[in-house]
Amino acid sequence: MIDYVVGPFQYGFMARALVVAIIVGVMCPVIGAYVVARGRAFMGDALAHSVLPGMAVGLLATGSALLIAVPVGVGAALLIGYISRRTGSSEDTSIGIVFAGAFALGLVILSSPLYINAFLRLRGGKSPDIEGLLVGEILGVNMQEVYISLGLAALVIAGLYLFHRQLVYTTFDPVGAQVVGIRTRLVEYALLALLALVIVIGIQAAGIVLVMAMLITPAATGYLLARRFVGVMVIGALIGVLSAVAGMYLSFHANMPAGPVMALIATGVFGAVAARGLAAQSARRLRLIATGALGAVAAVRTRWKSG
Amino acid sequence: MTSEPGIIVDGVTVERGGHAALTDITFEVGPGALMGVLGPNGAGKSTLFDAIAGLLPLASGAIDLRGMERKGAMAYVPQRDNINWRFPASVHDVVMMGRGNNIGWLRRPGRRDKQAVRESLERVALWDKRSVPITQLSGGERQRVFIARALAQEASILLMDEAFSGVDVGAQEGIVEVLQSLRDEGKIVIISTHDLTNIAQRFDQVLCINHHMCAYGPPDEAFTPQVLEELYGSHGLEFAHHHVDPHHDDDGRRLP
Repeated sequence: MIDYVVGPFQYGFMARALVVAIIVGVMCPVIGAYVVARGRAFMGDALAHSVLPGMAVGLLATGSALLIAVPVGVGAALLIGYISRRTGSSEDTSIGIVFAGAFALGLVILSSPLYINAFLRLRGGKSPDIEGLLVGEILGVNMQEVYISLGLAALVIAGLYLFHRQLVYTTFDPVGAQVVGIRTRLVEYALLALLALVIVIGIQAAGIVLVMAMLITPAATGYLLARRFVGVMVIGALIGVLSAVAGMYLSFHANMPAGPVMALIATGVFGAVAARGLAAQSARRLRLIATGALGAVAAVRTRWKSG
Repeated sequence: MTSEPGIIVDGVTVERGGHAALTDITFEVGPGALMGVLGPNGAGKSTLFDAIAGLLPLASGAIDLRGMERKGAMAYVPQRDNINWRFPASVHDVVMMGRGNNIGWLRRPGRRDKQAVRESLERVALWDKRSVPITQLSGGERQRVFIARALAQEASILLMDEAFSGVDVGAQEGIVEVLQSLRDEGKIVIISTHDLTNIAQRFDQVLCINHHMCAYGPPDEAFTPQVLEELYGSHGLEFAHHHVDPHHDDDGRRLP
């Protein structure tokens, strides 16, 4: 058992993976708590898919998919807002347009001969790891990516701290917040920018397609269990770290892709918690029905005896 | 230096989606007023509130707050549907939101903020429920939490949109009592309601609107049969007899 846990750390990549798994496990649910409360899950998914062109260019130019993805993600968020304001289409529609368009652009870039040739020339004969981008490749993170992740996480924590009161007010009561002078649109964009940063960190572990599972599912589980917002964040982060670290180990020992394993664990925890809640609810209902039925039987009996 | 609060609405017209949602509204209120805005659903009550709160541009006319800055001076309690009830906030959390303008960017709530929250909650008799999630409160208690938030904000104008929907009659009384005490301190409280029940008699002034202004004044003067018909059609007259003034009508029966 100890060997199962400690053994892998003879490899340097495992230590780097652990650091990133913990960062992703904490940061995704912390910002995810806002995403869930504000009903912005689709926005999160869209931002994750929209950064693909940035990751493709980043991989080619810097050897890491992270840095250029950050401005692309923030740009996509701004573009979504701009399109819905300018064309009068619903935000939902703008998200769909930007999401699909940017993701398609990324796939076209990654598969174009021009890109592949340039990649082979610049990156010492390796071809781009498209699967790693899509489902995550936590065991493959390099030192530079660890530092970038730490830096971005620090930035997000600082941002969330700075905007905490505005975020809480606008999440709970957007109209009232505007009346007391909170610039709700600025707060919204600040949150989306921070969300883009977290998504870029999370993609290393869970990939573009499944980063949602880290962003939404642990936070949603937190909402089932906690009564306070801070509690949602703490429980979400615990589940996030558990899922990410377990996914990392299974990826190492069973040679499974880490992203899907993390996503499945997070989903399983949510399912278990939700089922427990439902079971408790139906038990209460059954008890009510049973008491009602017993009461009715007793009433009939007394009446029958007296009659 | 705090000037007396007042609102002067002068010939205000507001458009929504290319149509005039409100035309030519004019009234003056405060300091120290408990005012009701009455009208059927869709009459433009929320539009008027949004205009007073500065959330909507005016097509014409002007709203003068007598030199007060909206930010800080005005508190807004939106309709129930505009609150995100998924957000897990305790009673205390919600009232602390009112202190936002008094706490600096990087500061945490200090002793004065906590004191203000406590006094506000005590005033609406909800200090004992401070750690309860607001979703677990009744409709009337929730409204009192929002009033406490306005108190903590030290607002001098309180706008409450559809304040009595989802609030049972007994609890309405409690809310009105708190609002009357705010009025007595010189604050301006404006409440909208679509429902013309006895509560309407408790306002100092009522503004009756149905896209345009039907009447403005003390309830006794404003609720003429013509105004009620303008607001609610011919059955508005029934309101006049049975709800507004149940003791003086042609009906021979007496209420117990």
